[in-house]
Amino acid sequence: MVEQVPLNHALIITTLMFFIGVYGFLTRKNLITMLISVEIMLNAVNLNFVFFDNYLFPGKLEGHFFSIFIIAIAAAEAAVAIAIFISLYRNIRSIDVEEANTMKH
Amino acid sequence: MGASAIIFYTFAAIMIVFSFLAVTSQKILRAAVYLLFALGGTAGIYFMVNYFFLAAVQLTVYAGGIVVLIIFSILLTSHIEEKMQKADAWKIILTAIVGLGGVVLSLFVITNHVFIPQANTGVEANMTTIGEKLLGYGAGGYVLPFEVISVLLLAAMIGAIVVAKRNKPEGNG
Repeated sequence: MVEQVPLNHALIITTLMFFIGVYGFLTRKNLITMLISVEIMLNAVNLNFVFFDNYLFPGKLEGHFFSIFIIAIAAAEAAVAIAIFISLYRNIRSIDVEEANTMKH
Repeated sequence: MGASAIIFYTFAAIMIVFSFLAVTSQKILRAAVYLLFALGGTAGIYFMVNYFFLAAVQLTVYAGGIVVLIIFSILLTSHIEEKMQKADAWKIILTAIVGLGGVVLSLFVITNHVFIPQANTGVEANMTTIGEKLLGYGAGGYVLPFEVISVLLLAAMIGAIVVAKRNKPEGNG
């Protein structure tokens, strides 16, 4: 744990970061920027796991391993998402969410 | 306030400011670069809580891998100089209300709960401990999720190749 930094302050920081990600996810229209917002949210969750692990249950390393697995899943998710974006761009020449509706009807 | 607290709050400020810039910037490449700084600040905080392996993973996988992937896809799909249009004002206001509501609710819970930090019992997050836990199948071992993740990564890799592969040209190709 970091000396002289209470857990509450750390959690306030991750809360702010998470809801910044939520804000970006709901206001953006470009798929890549939405992916960036998702990454910010995942990052805030990782930090939360690490802080709880480090302050409340030191030595057990559970949050540490959760964060590692979340990073691995985020990497897989980003790879598949970007493959989908490139395929989508090839088909409709745009990666705007409002134009990606060919599978809707 | 000690030096470590000052460094911690500096990293925190870097993270918050660059996250906000990443979700509000009108230029898409800048948003990706701001994301890089936010992830770097997070790695700094991992260093401060002595999780060096996690910090290294954060820097290589997130800052080195995902951000480069995002930048490549931006270069493939967008014009660099192009500015993204802003969302509608009502949408921004409604989303800000949702976000602020979530922040207020979470902060209400966080500030009203008394956390009792425990002193570290001496277990270091060094490579030996991490390796033994990741491949351990006894109590506190993570070999099952480790194997599942490896299968998931293989599936994601093959899936990404299949999805992004160009279809065979049909006549006019």
